[in-house]
Amino acid sequence: MNNELVEKIKNNPDYQELVSKRTSFSIKLSIAMLVVYFTFILTIAFNPSVLGTPMSADTVTTIGIPIGIVIIVFAFILTGIYTKRANGEFDDLNNKIKQAIKEN
Amino acid sequence: MNMNRIFLFLILGTIAVFASGTIEGEIEKQALNVSAIVMFVIFVGATLGITYWAAKRTKSAKDFYTAGGGITGFQNGMAIAGDYMSAASFLGISGLVYLKGYDGLIYSIGFLVGWPIILFMIAEPLRNLGKYTFADVAAYRLRQMPIRTLAAAGSIATVILYLIAQMVGAGKLIQLLFGLEYEIAVVLVGVLMVLYVTFGGMLATTWVQIVKAFLLLAGATFMAIAVMAHYNFNFGALFAHATELKGIEIMSPGGLVSDPISAISLAVALMFGTAGLPHILMRFFTVSDAKEARKSVFYATGFIGYFYILTFIIGFGAIVMVLQNPEYLDLAKQAINGGSPILGGNNMAAIHLSHAVGGDFFLGFISAVAFATILAVVSGLTLAGASAISHDLYASVFKKGNADSMAEMRVSKIATIGLGVIAIIMGIMFEKQNIAFVVGLAFAIAASANFPILFLSMYWKKLTTRGAVIGGSLGLATAVILVILGPIVWVDILGNAEAIFPYKYPALFSVIVSFASIWFFSITDKSHDAVKEIEAFEAQYVRSQTGIGAEGASEH
Repeated sequence: MNNELVEKIKNNPDYQELVSKRTSFSIKLSIAMLVVYFTFILTIAFNPSVLGTPMSADTVTTIGIPIGIVIIVFAFILTGIYTKRANGEFDDLNNKIKQAIKEN
Repeated sequence: MNMNRIFLFLILGTIAVFASGTIEGEIEKQALNVSAIVMFVIFVGATLGITYWAAKRTKSAKDFYTAGGGITGFQNGMAIAGDYMSAASFLGISGLVYLKGYDGLIYSIGFLVGWPIILFMIAEPLRNLGKYTFADVAAYRLRQMPIRTLAAAGSIATVILYLIAQMVGAGKLIQLLFGLEYEIAVVLVGVLMVLYVTFGGMLATTWVQIVKAFLLLAGATFMAIAVMAHYNFNFGALFAHATELKGIEIMSPGGLVSDPISAISLAVALMFGTAGLPHILMRFFTVSDAKEARKSVFYATGFIGYFYILTFIIGFGAIVMVLQNPEYLDLAKQAINGGSPILGGNNMAAIHLSHAVGGDFFLGFISAVAFATILAVVSGLTLAGASAISHDLYASVFKKGNADSMAEMRVSKIATIGLGVIAIIMGIMFEKQNIAFVVGLAFAIAASANFPILFLSMYWKKLTTRGAVIGGSLGLATAVILVILGPIVWVDILGNAEAIFPYKYPALFSVIVSFASIWFFSITDKSHDAVKEIEAFEAQYVRSQTGIGAEGASEH
């Protein structure tokens, strides 16, 4: 890519919108995953008995088990949310940028 | 064609080795498991068929490294999941659940949560900037020679460590399941993986991985359903029965992570390590564009998460169906140590459970799938290692980017054979060694050398060659040294009384060393080259964001 083209793309408002929206979206989702995971792992490190609490008086199933499963499902849902938005909205913006280059 | 003749000859040779091995094994160990052997032979036959088909389509270096870039997101997701669902994670995690209950789930979650981060941060820029290896990205605007050399060193170290773990596991598993000699089993795995990779390249490696992932998911699903059916699909009843046999403590976190430092360090190793595994990163170049790359991670995360939920059920299933079943008891071990040890150790829990729920036939199926899993994973590893040697070291460092594609492909095939030989020798050498540290070390190196360079080259403008090389090397050295001084190698293997470095997982420290020294040696780099490297960031960033100028799928 030559410098002229780089400058042109950088000054394209669609490009600026794409980069800022996607960057903030990626960071937000990453933070969501990290917060959930580190809360879980640090609970295990500092206070493991919390996860060992039975769900009710007449069962041996602890709350740690549904929490663990929910984290797995949560990770999957996050990837779904990102993929849906990126393959739709972000790729549309990206195609507009590519189109703008071709037209010039 | 000449190549096809060689191929047929090698197939016949392999079958001959295999056949003679089984006969020998049967004489020694009594007809062990006919259905396992039959199903395994069918699998090997089918994968060699795939390889033959793929060989005819693998003409250029691009075909060889990336299957021509024409794999779909769904297929690639399955293949990535297949790479990740190694025999170590199938047998190891179900074995850990069997032994410790809840701790097994903690471990699987750690392995999974790296994937969303890979999607949000790594997958797109990687696909948009790279061609065949992750070093393409790291060396995009930095000096080729030093960066490629370091990236190749990190890749090859990770690949060989991983290969050792898989080969030793394969040898022992096959010995136990098929009654083959350990050495023959290791040679067989080595020969088959070399065949897949040299002839079929990435196309064969990918399809072998997809077929195996499908079989493994199907088999594990059947086992989990069979277990749950016993309890009318009531988890409470399954857990209640398991705790009666094994104690209530299996329902809560145990000793896997006892202190905050170990907990964070393990988390860092698993997250960043996954994002630095060369055989996983390489898969992102097999799809046509960033869109398919994203879909790959979405499907892979789904398959892997589903698989971990299954292994959790399987581990508990083994507690209720295998633990106290005299059929699976290792009487010799029990006589010495007491308790109720199972044949082949805790990692065989899933294998015994397959027999408990589905008889000899299903045991045969799961055994064959476990072996297929090892074959598929070592093939992917070998291809990644061979690419680092041919594409990064030979073509970019040795030939300075002027190698022709045919010569490069030839080198990668020679490298594949070389890695096969190394894997076989190491597999035999490490048979009786304690290899518990090996996979941990591979993840630590991937997290502390490969990942920081890759990540910062994508996002940090001020990264320079000097910073990346010094920082990456320090990260790698720190990881290796801390593993040697840590409790597993220093105490358990070398027999010293106390570990110099108290933690089992060094990643937290080595990753900090790596990032901090990359930062320091970059910002203090005022050389002429450094200025140019920083200037080149803008163009790289635009391409990484938009994919303009990125490698596409090949035409045919």
